Amino acid sequence: MNIMIVGVGGQGTLLASRILGAAALRAGKQVKLSEVHGMSQRGGSVVTYVKYGDRVASPVIEQGEADMIIAFEELEAYRSLPYLKKGGVMIVNTQKTNPMPVITGAMEYPADILETMKEKGVNVVACDALALAKEAGNIKSVNVALIGVMAKNSPLSKEIWEGALEDAVPAKFLEVNQKAFALGYNH
Amino acid sequence: MKKLMLGNEAIARGAYEAGVNVASSYPGTPSTEITEFVAKYDEIYSEWAPNEKVAVEVASGAAIAGGRALSAMKHVGLNVAADPLFTMSYIGVNGGLVLCVADDPGMHSSQNEQDSRNYAIAAKLPMLEPADSGECRDFMKAAYDISEQFDTPVLMRLTTRVAHSQSEVELFPRQEVPVKAYKKDVAKNVMVPANARPKHVIVEKRMADLVAFNNTSALNKLEMNDTKVGIITAGIAYQYAREACPSASFLKLGMIHPLPEQLIRDFVSKVDVCYVIEELDPVLERQIKAMGLAVRGKEEFTLLGEYSASMIREKLCGSTSEASYSVDETIPVRPPVMCPGCSHRGVFYVLNKLKLAVSGDIGCYSLGCAKPLDSIDSIICMGASISGLHGMEKAQGREFAKKSVAVLGDSTFLHSGITGLIDMVYNKGTSTVIILDNSITGMTGHQNNPANGFTIKGEPAKQVDLEKLCHAVGVDLVTVADPFDVENFEKVVKEHLAAEEPSVIIAQRPCALLKIAGYTGCCEITSDCKNCKMCMRLGCPAISMTENGPKIDATLCNGCGLCTNVCKFGAIVQK
Repeated sequence: MNIMIVGVGGQGTLLASRILGAAALRAGKQVKLSEVHGMSQRGGSVVTYVKYGDRVASPVIEQGEADMIIAFEELEAYRSLPYLKKGGVMIVNTQKTNPMPVITGAMEYPADILETMKEKGVNVVACDALALAKEAGNIKSVNVALIGVMAKNSPLSKEIWEGALEDAVPAKFLEVNQKAFALGYNH
Repeated sequence: MKKLMLGNEAIARGAYEAGVNVASSYPGTPSTEITEFVAKYDEIYSEWAPNEKVAVEVASGAAIAGGRALSAMKHVGLNVAADPLFTMSYIGVNGGLVLCVADDPGMHSSQNEQDSRNYAIAAKLPMLEPADSGECRDFMKAAYDISEQFDTPVLMRLTTRVAHSQSEVELFPRQEVPVKAYKKDVAKNVMVPANARPKHVIVEKRMADLVAFNNTSALNKLEMNDTKVGIITAGIAYQYAREACPSASFLKLGMIHPLPEQLIRDFVSKVDVCYVIEELDPVLERQIKAMGLAVRGKEEFTLLGEYSASMIREKLCGSTSEASYSVDETIPVRPPVMCPGCSHRGVFYVLNKLKLAVSGDIGCYSLGCAKPLDSIDSIICMGASISGLHGMEKAQGREFAKKSVAVLGDSTFLHSGITGLIDMVYNKGTSTVIILDNSITGMTGHQNNPANGFTIKGEPAKQVDLEKLCHAVGVDLVTVADPFDVENFEKVVKEHLAAEEPSVIIAQRPCALLKIAGYTGCCEITSDCKNCKMCMRLGCPAISMTENGPKIDATLCNGCGLCTNVCKFGAIVQK
């Protein structure tokens, strides 16, 4: 199982990958995660790979290999599209953050990204995770709301995901994140 | 008990379990977390040193004094630490000494793509290279045993994809290794020519002994499958090759220097065709070819960047993998940017406005090279902004110094900028230096340093007074200024450029990501906006141009207020 998490530096993608890793461990699988630290975290495109199975060698997911992509931002979803496997699921947080070429006016933010992807036959699951996070009581739980959406589409059981939340989320933020997860799961 | 760990965390765990006593490092991506995780173990004394040379010397002293010691750095950090490295190879150890060096193929966060394995050859040191987090832990423990058995420092080489990938690690308790007795041993530890000459003989003998050790070492793994294709590889390249060609036979090296010659000869003789697969330089390949063995390597594979399973599959099996979906238009890139509220933004706004030549340095402020701030002319290495600018002045003359500055961070200044400043003062330079004092080592993820007055564990420590330090080396004109007061900051820069003497401006404002920055709320553009686009020159990710003029994104803005200071019409207000 190959899952990619894509977003903009600072969006909390690392916690999402930790929950995925904990879930795979609970399912008794070998798991590898590859993260990005350092310069590109400063508001740049960030990508995390999570791979699990009976044996995982390379920690990196390549073009056409991702079963699922969790995108924290629409343009980053679009950028990652070549990595999605035929028939894979693209989970997209309907949020737009302008990159510098758009801010400076050198380029335009692509219009109708979700529609374009659907026209290509991509299984797009769109979700306003910020609204779910607000409903859960903390806007920082966007990442866990998206994990909830993803869990619903994954072959692992709900119990495994709930256990993974307890493994990966600090105790004092657990309750709000459990709410966000449930809102995403039932989205 | 098993735990998912970053390669870097597993290195720290291995050090802990191996009974390490002392760790000293300077942060550098992708090595930083090694020392951050070490600092979580109270059994290990840990510290941030001002630079890698100091760190390796601290670790060397600890090893000579009988403790097990560690230093971790990025590839270019080993350049800084190369001086103690080469002579510690002669001195050897008392307690074990392991130096971790993390290379960055693909340059995710680096200024060059150098291959640190060349240092193992040049300094005549054993080098180990793990391929996942489990091996990171295992190899650390093996490295301390090798270090003490062969009386040598050991290099542990990582690459970004091992350092920053997580995989399972089995945890074991710490093995307490008592600090050995300190012994004065002049012949061993005093490297004057008379002592170093006999030591060189010992070093060469040690290398031969290590070859024999490596021929039978359990660090190397032989996986015999189909013998039509054999692959000699190590580290992350093994993982890519294993995924690409699971049916091939593998000699996976764990100790990559000195090479296990007999093991390699035996393997090559058992397979029809043998490939050497390694990222960056043909370090293994050259040595194996020098053994007279027919192997293929860089004839097939690139010297550049990271490898991948699909690249190896294509070369070895001729099969290509294709994307199922494509993006049919050019979409905007998303390069890293200075954060909203970044304290450096005001500085670069002024430098851009004054059209100065800027000698840059290594840190978040390297991003000042990007549009629209677009105001860095050169970046070489840590600390080179000041010395480089001094060289520019000496080549171009005094007039050049009136329209150029050096910029570097507080941590970078203490790392190796201070020596450049001493040079400039001593040799009668007149250039202007701007120290960006944001109270933290920013780029590598917020490490304390001597200029902010806190230790690696967050305990208060003596704080370097940058102003007094500059005065002490002979700079008479030192001004502390807030870079967000852009009008005053511009005035100060002009005064310093005009002064017929070397000078320093300390641009003081904390990193926006620190709590002490104290930003709240956000800024808003009012109906007084004349659409002059002055605020767009800041390159703030929170301000975008729309059909109706500039707009501030409230989810990104942290209310730092810099834009309110550059608006000539008072059309931006803090809420």
